[in-house]
Amino acid sequence: MREIRIHGRGGQGAVTLAELVCHAAINEGKYAQSMPSFGPERRGAPVLAFLRISDEHIKIRAEVITPDVVVVLDPGLLNITDVTSGLKSGGTVLINTKKSIDEIRSKFGVESRLGVVNAVEIARETLGVPITNTTMIGALLKATKIVKKDSLIEPLKHRFGPIADKNIKAMNRAFDETTIEEV
Amino acid sequence: MTKRVGLEGSFAVSEAVRMADVDVLSAYPITPQTHIVERLSEMVADGDLDAEFICVESEHSAMSACVGASAAGARVFTCTAGQGLELMHEVLYIPSSMRLPVVAVVANRALSSPLSVWGDHSDAMAVRDIGWVQIFAENVQQAYDLTLCAYRIAEDKDVLFPAMVHLDGFHLSHVIEPVILPDQRQVDDFIPEFEYPFALNPDKPVSMGCYGPPYIYTEAKKSQNVAFESSRKIVSKAWGEFEGIFERSYLPVESYRTEDADVILLVMGSFAETAMLAIDRMRKEGKKVGLARLRLWRPFPFDEIRKAVKGAKLLVVLDRCISFGYGGPVCSELRSAFYREKNRPDIVSFIGGLGGRDITIDQYEYMIKRGKEISENGSEEEFEMIGVRQ
Repeated sequence: MREIRIHGRGGQGAVTLAELVCHAAINEGKYAQSMPSFGPERRGAPVLAFLRISDEHIKIRAEVITPDVVVVLDPGLLNITDVTSGLKSGGTVLINTKKSIDEIRSKFGVESRLGVVNAVEIARETLGVPITNTTMIGALLKATKIVKKDSLIEPLKHRFGPIADKNIKAMNRAFDETTIEEV
Repeated sequence: MTKRVGLEGSFAVSEAVRMADVDVLSAYPITPQTHIVERLSEMVADGDLDAEFICVESEHSAMSACVGASAAGARVFTCTAGQGLELMHEVLYIPSSMRLPVVAVVANRALSSPLSVWGDHSDAMAVRDIGWVQIFAENVQQAYDLTLCAYRIAEDKDVLFPAMVHLDGFHLSHVIEPVILPDQRQVDDFIPEFEYPFALNPDKPVSMGCYGPPYIYTEAKKSQNVAFESSRKIVSKAWGEFEGIFERSYLPVESYRTEDADVILLVMGSFAETAMLAIDRMRKEGKKVGLARLRLWRPFPFDEIRKAVKGAKLLVVLDRCISFGYGGPVCSELRSAFYREKNRPDIVSFIGGLGGRDITIDQYEYMIKRGKEISENGSEEEFEMIGVRQ
């Protein structure tokens, strides 16, 4: 079982990211579970979303506290939260940021396997809004191959209808543009 | 054809209600039940469900509308949570006393104050005595299945009592999991078109909810209880039929690795599967431990629970609710159920998971170990509250 924790702010679509990948995994025949951080929605406030993907029925129903992968939708969160909290050894952190891998490592002390992508720029250019959740799915898939990229097409179409194509494009661009540094 | 899809718990309930082809819906949105109502109102608006959606200003009115519609012979549905169930409380006794097969789903939520929209069983325990069949779900598939079963049970001519399905707020209502949805024909076979035998009809007038002076009230309550008690066997029969059609089985009390267990942990609702992981871990270490869950909460499954823990020396009970000045309500009922048994297990009470607090695998293990200590050495406390920051 792989456990993923998504850090975002209310309105950035962290929960939707977890749900879309969850649907993709279930459509592949896998077992998956998405869970929001439970609470009243407040735009701009830090929020968490959780995702588990497994080859068997998932029994645990609790927040992810020891993730294999952490996805950060908002680089500002690095200043106020330890996004690597509980990260399993060998785990991966994926950040939407303009900064380079070296800058992130030196400024925030991230020592794990690390991926960065300027998702805001991609989202602005592709979608016209700085909402980075579907973009960061591209980074997640490049770093983990947790589901096939094609498996996202149907959930994205179902969710976004006429603007699905733009989101698919944003995902694909992030897939190509994410830089990953192994450790 | 059956299909396997990813569904949020709330949407799974809505799908069950749609496939049950209900006639009348009435509900007031409240977190964490809101997605159920929203989805159902979309289904009605889109023409996917041919039902009357009665918009109301409160949960009290929602249940009142369900009572009226059910008395007229309609298949009805409502859902609520927490404070909403409390506001509905007064009316909950009416369908059970009038033998109306209303079906309700509760996305279990803590009670104020402090204001909490998060899950626990405080709302469920507050409606213990309403005379409804009450069932707890553990995962999203069960939330779907048991909603269907609620109609089969409630509408059985030998039951005709309302039924309530409890699913944990957020931990089930807002979680997406794989669900196997059956073919519509299977659902139609399981819950055929309903004809309420005493439906209000101007040509054949009947009185419902009459005045009950002292010379008749006791008899009315005795007959209600006799009928309610006898619905126990129909619940099991309905679950047997369900298994025949859908190949998933349910029992009033379900056990996990309890064969030869010295210590049995008992939990209800969505925390049960997480508790199984603690049992697996302890079994690996050679500890004789198991897990029991009360799937059926009312009518209380006395025989089944006595049988399920037979041979165990200790029963460790987790309540997700507190009765102030007393302790855990589920534990209190279990102690009472075992009091007259000759070879009864010791019973130790824990309270936790209040207001949406998770319980970790380590904490289930802790309760089993600590429960043994308390059983061997005694304790000055009637119960222990776990995971409290002090």
